[in-house]
Amino acid sequence: MVSYILRRILSTLPVMAIVALFVFSLLYIAPGDPAVVIAGDQASPADVERIRQSLGLDRPFLVQFGTWVWHILHGDLGTSIFTSLPVSALIAQRIEPTLSLMVITLILTILIAVPLGVVAAWKAGSWVDRTIMGFAVFGFSVPVFVVGYVLAYVFALELEWLPVQGYTPLAQGFWPWLQNLILPAVALGCVYIALIARITRASMLEVLQQDYIRTARAKGLGQRSILFIHALKNAAVPIVTVIGIGVALLIGGAVVTESVFAIPGLGRLTIDAILRRDYPVIQGIVLLFSFTYVLVNLMVDVTYTLVDPRIRY
Amino acid sequence: MTVSATRTMPVPQGLVIAPQLPDLLLPVKVRRGIFGFLRNHPTVAVGGALLLLLVLIGVFAPYLGTVDPTALAPAKRTRAPSADFWFGTDVLGRDIYSRVLYGARVSLTVGLSVALFASLAGLAIGLVSGFVRSADSILMRFMDGLMSIPPILLAIALMALTRGSVGNVILAITIAEIPRVSRLVRGVVLSLREQPYVDAAVASGTRTPMIILRHILPNTLPPMLVQATYVCASAMIVESILSFIGAGTPPTIPSWGNIMAEGRALWQVKPYIVFFPAAFLSVTVLAVNLLGDGLRDAIDPRMAKGL
Repeated sequence: MVSYILRRILSTLPVMAIVALFVFSLLYIAPGDPAVVIAGDQASPADVERIRQSLGLDRPFLVQFGTWVWHILHGDLGTSIFTSLPVSALIAQRIEPTLSLMVITLILTILIAVPLGVVAAWKAGSWVDRTIMGFAVFGFSVPVFVVGYVLAYVFALELEWLPVQGYTPLAQGFWPWLQNLILPAVALGCVYIALIARITRASMLEVLQQDYIRTARAKGLGQRSILFIHALKNAAVPIVTVIGIGVALLIGGAVVTESVFAIPGLGRLTIDAILRRDYPVIQGIVLLFSFTYVLVNLMVDVTYTLVDPRIRY
Repeated sequence: MTVSATRTMPVPQGLVIAPQLPDLLLPVKVRRGIFGFLRNHPTVAVGGALLLLLVLIGVFAPYLGTVDPTALAPAKRTRAPSADFWFGTDVLGRDIYSRVLYGARVSLTVGLSVALFASLAGLAIGLVSGFVRSADSILMRFMDGLMSIPPILLAIALMALTRGSVGNVILAITIAEIPRVSRLVRGVVLSLREQPYVDAAVASGTRTPMIILRHILPNTLPPMLVQATYVCASAMIVESILSFIGAGTPPTIPSWGNIMAEGRALWQVKPYIVFFPAAFLSVTVLAVNLLGDGLRDAIDPRMAKGL
């Protein structure tokens, strides 16, 4: 098992290298010369040339790429063109809201989607199943910001149950923190819930046809114990995979959700960076999110070996 | 058929006929033609009809009681929906009904173009990596890399490099969607290569291009068609997100994402500005998804039970 995990970790290295190369090329081919931007309006061509040399921008592509990777490995993501602050500091300032939103969404999604999928598979073909799957198609089709606005309008503006917008840091108490995150998390989770409910149903349907389920029925086990212990455990691998893959949806959706609910997180940082063409910041965020995504899926793959000891690659 | 034929024959004496078997397998009524297909697959019919309706709305937008969607009328700012302004007016006094109808053009153009281009590119890459061993590992590592950047983020990053235009939006989303399509095609190609009829073609000396053209390509098309509808739905959502955050279609072109972006600041007091484009976008994506689900079930009935 240890050798499998080691091999799996090694296999993410080329993927990360390609992501890094891609993200670096993004800055490399980005319009506008960083040296000119940093030198300012009144700089002479000689000044620009000097800055270019001090930044190493006159060196070949691969050398620049190597230096850049070396800096990243030391936690240096570059400096924002617009604010002159280190990108890593900007990200550190904004990471808490985004991380909170994603964790709450993930928990909420799993708590809602997996039971829905199990019930749909159990009652396959009935009106319960069709309703749940109908909602799943709906969840796929309604964009995250539309769900966000509808939820905010109904539950915050009309019913006044929850705050409309904004974010309270966790340091100011658990409830105020959670209160602000419920609506964004439901909005963001919608697509994700649809996706996981579908895959749970599909995977459960297959497992429920197996002989050991019939055996479990024959020996008089209760429905609940059959569904949630015997069947769900065996149906877990595809579900866990999709939870991992779906993190991409979460990351993409978070950018928009934060903008709907005025949450000062990485999504807002991304949007601001795009509007100002602050390439080092965009680069840093894309890199961070992509590596998170790769790591999440690495963890998912490692979890397989725990969930299902038969899996060996 | 043959059973009933034997029944009608005169039975020789002394022969006992077995009791008639119960009709376990009732004949499935096969409806032919395009309308028969639609009756068998109501999801395809509903999705297709909705999509067709929206395409017609987009094409005939100028003749549906609309005014110039970019005409400013500062005196008529933020009017609520009424008989004059069916969907109300926005902060600059522009008619939202007209803007939403013209906005259908952007969404549908982006969705359909991305579906087409991503399918073609994905097909080419998938075929090459399914047949050329040496190219396979490089291409797929590259696709893995691209795939590990969340698609919306990839599209955002690409849009940051260029000026906002419909063409650039299509290009950015296409690049973000290609990896998934190529993965699918590669998977299908690899499984098709194991088919006996491909072995037979190889054994009878058919050259590789001919095998691809005659045996592989036609069989990749059905799953590709289903995938293309999902790509189309996803592209329309990504386009609206890009426009919504200000990195997509330029503000001069009315698109659903742009209309919502302009209504964002006022949504608590004037929710209708956001509501109408949001409703159109959701219905359009729903139509495409229904079409995709229906096609998937029609093409592979085994899948109908599952996903």
